[in-house]
Amino acid sequence: MSVKELVKKPVLRKGIGLGAVFIIVQLLLMTGVMNDYYFATLVTICINIILASSLNLITGFTGQLSLGHAGFMSIGAYTCAIFMMNVPPGWGVGAFLAGVLLGAVAAGVVGLLVGLPTLRLRGDYLAIATLGLSEIIRIIMVNLDITNGAAGLSGVPRFVNWIWLFVFTAGVVLLIANFLNSKHGRACKAIREDEIAADTMGVNTTRYKVIAFIVGAFSAGIAGALYASYFYVIKPDLFGFLKSVDILVIVVLGGLGSLSGSILAAILLAVMSSLLQSFAEIRMVLYAVMLVAIMIFRPQGLMGSKEISLALLKKFGKNLTFKKKRV
Amino acid sequence: MAELSIKKLTKSFGGLTAVSNVSLEIKTGELVGLIGPNGAGKTTVFNLLTGIYEPTSGEITFEHDGRKTRLNKLKPYRISKAGIARTFQNIRLFRDLTVLDNVRIAMHQNAGYGLLAGFLHLPAHALEEKRIIEESINLLDIFNLSEKKNEMARNLPYGEQRRLEIVRALATGPSLLLLDEPAAGMNLGETAQLTETIAQLRDRFDLTVLLIEHDMSLVMRICERIYVMDYGSMIAEGAPEEIKANPRVIKAYLGEDVANA
Repeated sequence: MSVKELVKKPVLRKGIGLGAVFIIVQLLLMTGVMNDYYFATLVTICINIILASSLNLITGFTGQLSLGHAGFMSIGAYTCAIFMMNVPPGWGVGAFLAGVLLGAVAAGVVGLLVGLPTLRLRGDYLAIATLGLSEIIRIIMVNLDITNGAAGLSGVPRFVNWIWLFVFTAGVVLLIANFLNSKHGRACKAIREDEIAADTMGVNTTRYKVIAFIVGAFSAGIAGALYASYFYVIKPDLFGFLKSVDILVIVVLGGLGSLSGSILAAILLAVMSSLLQSFAEIRMVLYAVMLVAIMIFRPQGLMGSKEISLALLKKFGKNLTFKKKRV
Repeated sequence: MAELSIKKLTKSFGGLTAVSNVSLEIKTGELVGLIGPNGAGKTTVFNLLTGIYEPTSGEITFEHDGRKTRLNKLKPYRISKAGIARTFQNIRLFRDLTVLDNVRIAMHQNAGYGLLAGFLHLPAHALEEKRIIEESINLLDIFNLSEKKNEMARNLPYGEQRRLEIVRALATGPSLLLLDEPAAGMNLGETAQLTETIAQLRDRFDLTVLLIEHDMSLVMRICERIYVMDYGSMIAEGAPEEIKANPRVIKAYLGEDVANA
């Protein structure tokens, strides 16, 4: 097989899949089948996909338990919102794109500054440090004038439409997938498996933990910026500890160490949550029961550490036909 | 030429001195054994050599291809880059990754592409990955493991896990290989086979080898020189025949009474 073929094949397959998703949703939007309510759910799903994939990189693949992912999302949201509200209206969509980039970079920089000292901590200690960090960020947002305190900012210009949503979600997921599927991703997984062995085999463990943390924070910043530019209003409470836990729930539910699991779980949880709308009073109880049930029957998460691939689907299909024959 | 030289190395953990005043020298291409009763401090010496512990005092220098490196304060990954690789006594494979991935990770430092190529899967990535996979499989072939390349490391039987540890160490491209009890838990036949393999490896990969081992049949058969440790100190050094006859060594292993008898 020539090098060209080697590069092209998986890219082509991914491209067709992604293109199909884009066109189907676009058609649904144009025909009006997908109304505003459904679209809002879709926005939530996409933002959650970005958040969960990036947290999975830190926690599922590199093995560093972080409880402060909402903090990075908050930095991205506020940076983007403040920027967009302060540039002349003539900038148009340019303001949005620059805002998303700024938000992501700001979150990434905070990730770097926080990552360097805290990633020396392990397990529970890192979890507590990151939890503390997101609380500090929340309190800063409550007390600053520019963020308008606890009331938050409202009237953030809305630029998020299906095209941008798709570009950013697919972009982040593809970049993280590529990263994981390279020597860098293997280095991260080696750290998760055995940090001392990874170090001894030539992996600069501190560097890779910090890289995973920065990429995670950067992506969460993008998610925050998209949130701000779709939902008009942002306030500090939206990005509290509970939001971090929500993201972690998606990651664990999908499977620590499975990117497709995170995507699947983000979709499933949003669908579950909307289906439960009609049971207003006991909605959260049912939601919790479902989570507990999934964890009892699939403690490793929906996907474990496997990825959805053609080979896996074929195997699944074979099992199904095999069972049918036996019946 | 001395490949590795340790001078007056000491390591204390609080009040306990695990390694005290140990000196050792290995020439390029030698196959040297490090033996001693349990708790003598052999593995601690390995941990000091590979940067897992920092020495309390003493000097460790490593010389290869005319480049001299002082290892004292280096991080493990830098020592790996300098050309020292090791296996672990209590197997430390990347258990939930495949056999192939275990070997590919060890080739990390020799994979010639950067972060950008990793994120964007530029052509450099595809080229290097192809090379790494080929080289990994060649290495696995030597140890009859290439058929299991897609198995999780944790699912391998014990003897194969030990062999995979050696493959992984070799994949870092070392000039000095440290083997920590490579034959532990193996039966007679497996040990005999492993003994042959180690001797062949040295010639095939131009290695210098230092090995810790309790199995005397292996040590006496292939080691050209042997160092003996007891209670953190070096008590003897010499050719296998000399070591066998050394009264201090016999005393350390079998006790005072037997040595005097």
